[in-house]
Amino acid sequence: MALTTDDVRHIARLARVGLNEADVERYAAQLTVILDHFDALSRVPTEGLEPTAQPLPLFNVMRADEVAPSLPQKVALENAPEVEDGYFRVRAVLE
Amino acid sequence: MTSTVAIDFETVIGLEVHVQLMTKSKMFCGCSTEYSGAEPNTHVCPVCMGMPGVLPVINERAIEYISMTGLALNCEIAGFSKFDRKNYPYPDLMKGYQISQYDLPICQNGWLDIQVPGEEPRRIGITRVHMEEDTARLLHRVDASTGEGYSLIDVNRSGTPLMEIVSEPDMRTPAEAREYLVRLRQILRYIGVSDANMEEGNFRCDANVSLRPFGADAFGTKVEVKNMNSFRAVHDALVFEQARQAEVLRSGGTIPQETRGWVDERSVTVSQRSKEEAHDYRYFPEPDLPPLRLSRDWVARVGAKLPELPAKRKERLLALGLSEDEAVTLTESRERAEYYDATHAALGDTPRAAKLAANWVLSEALRWSNVNAKDLDALPIGPGQLAELILMVEGKAITSQVAKDVFEAMAASGKGAQEIVDEQGLGAISGADELTGIVRRVIASNEKAVADYRAGKEASLKFLLGQVMRETKGRATPQVAQELIATELAE
Repeated sequence: MALTTDDVRHIARLARVGLNEADVERYAAQLTVILDHFDALSRVPTEGLEPTAQPLPLFNVMRADEVAPSLPQKVALENAPEVEDGYFRVRAVLE
Repeated sequence: MTSTVAIDFETVIGLEVHVQLMTKSKMFCGCSTEYSGAEPNTHVCPVCMGMPGVLPVINERAIEYISMTGLALNCEIAGFSKFDRKNYPYPDLMKGYQISQYDLPICQNGWLDIQVPGEEPRRIGITRVHMEEDTARLLHRVDASTGEGYSLIDVNRSGTPLMEIVSEPDMRTPAEAREYLVRLRQILRYIGVSDANMEEGNFRCDANVSLRPFGADAFGTKVEVKNMNSFRAVHDALVFEQARQAEVLRSGGTIPQETRGWVDERSVTVSQRSKEEAHDYRYFPEPDLPPLRLSRDWVARVGAKLPELPAKRKERLLALGLSEDEAVTLTESRERAEYYDATHAALGDTPRAAKLAANWVLSEALRWSNVNAKDLDALPIGPGQLAELILMVEGKAITSQVAKDVFEAMAASGKGAQEIVDEQGLGAISGADELTGIVRRVIASNEKAVADYRAGKEASLKFLLGQVMRETKGRATPQVAQELIATELAE
């Protein structure tokens, strides 16, 4: 399945990643190759198998209820494009 | 043209309750859940901020708490359970999805018995109880210079363990819905998994409500009501919806499936969004969290941590000979019920002891509790000390009138009953020698009452007794004093 350059621009916008036109062309090709790998997966016969989201035989991986240090506010907000009074600031949110 | 059709409707109500669990740390990371009053974005880490490449790990205490809840609500605890991602684009979700449980919740198929006072008991089905995480908190502001609205995000709450309890559509009146919430909150507090405080937002309720003609099997179209911040609000919103939907249906209209918000100030529900544009949550299994296999042993160990639940306690108190009202009031909270049990135990295992303890806890102890807005575990008088006071009254060492003052003094000072009685000289006066003089004085200075009594007015004796009690500051043993008055007047 080939990704179009429009698909790439759309995904980039959703992920808030800034791409130039050269990037778009390059990633369209690269992402298409990645998706082709999933095509290979879909050829594996899975009839009669229980679906799983876990390839590892792990269960009950849990931690004790103990408090660990949090990040300082300054660090927590470091990546934010806009900050106000210690909060992340975003455009108005309306349901 | 619309015509009004006289149909009687039956209301069908199901409730979804979200409860924050009282763990120390968040559901999938070690950040503290004690964020109340904290600076924004100070109880956060890469996991609860949804940074790429992080690994959430399940908080075992939360799984224990939800299992306790499931057991207390008579649910089956799943031997196999897993988490799923619920995707929706909203800035209160840092990851762009909420970790929740879709098709394999931890608890299913339970029930909670309720009884609206004066009505038949009802069993309300519990569909499921599942584990998820709370969202970030949003603040809405307006930019003073541009007049444009914007939002602020505080991630402190994000990732706090949240339990969703979904009932069957088994309730038929707003009063039943309210009673269900009261009993549910009571159980959550008894088992100690949540403060379950609605005003503080750690116990939140959404209601699904529909109407159908009486006798119909099929459900009507349901409306989801949100934004109710107290039990009263839930009750009032359901009463409003009931009337609103009946009016629409009677005039030949149809109810659209929608979400409505309760506006407390105006006591109305208003449409928020229609369900047709409901989100597609694209649930899929959470690949970062291995599934849970809760063994029977593990569930049994968790079950062993449950205290005696309110319904059982109430039955036990009824069997001791207490009234329905007494049993309900004494088992209201676990602290109160335990205080009562301990007082009763200190008085001995007799029906009389059960009744005495009930009288004192329901009167003096609860008065203290109400005045101080604290539960009985905070009462400075321990159950053993209260029993000592009660036994002094029983043994006539002090009068019941004085005992109330002694109780107050004990609560204020933390001292024992005997110590206060000794210090303040409050012991009962029951000797005829001590009392005769006082009785004679009272008779001498109340000629009218004496004359009335001699003329056949029995009530005057009580008046004279009252005067003796006043003279002795309540210390005279009433039976002895009354006999003495009668004897003196007969002479």
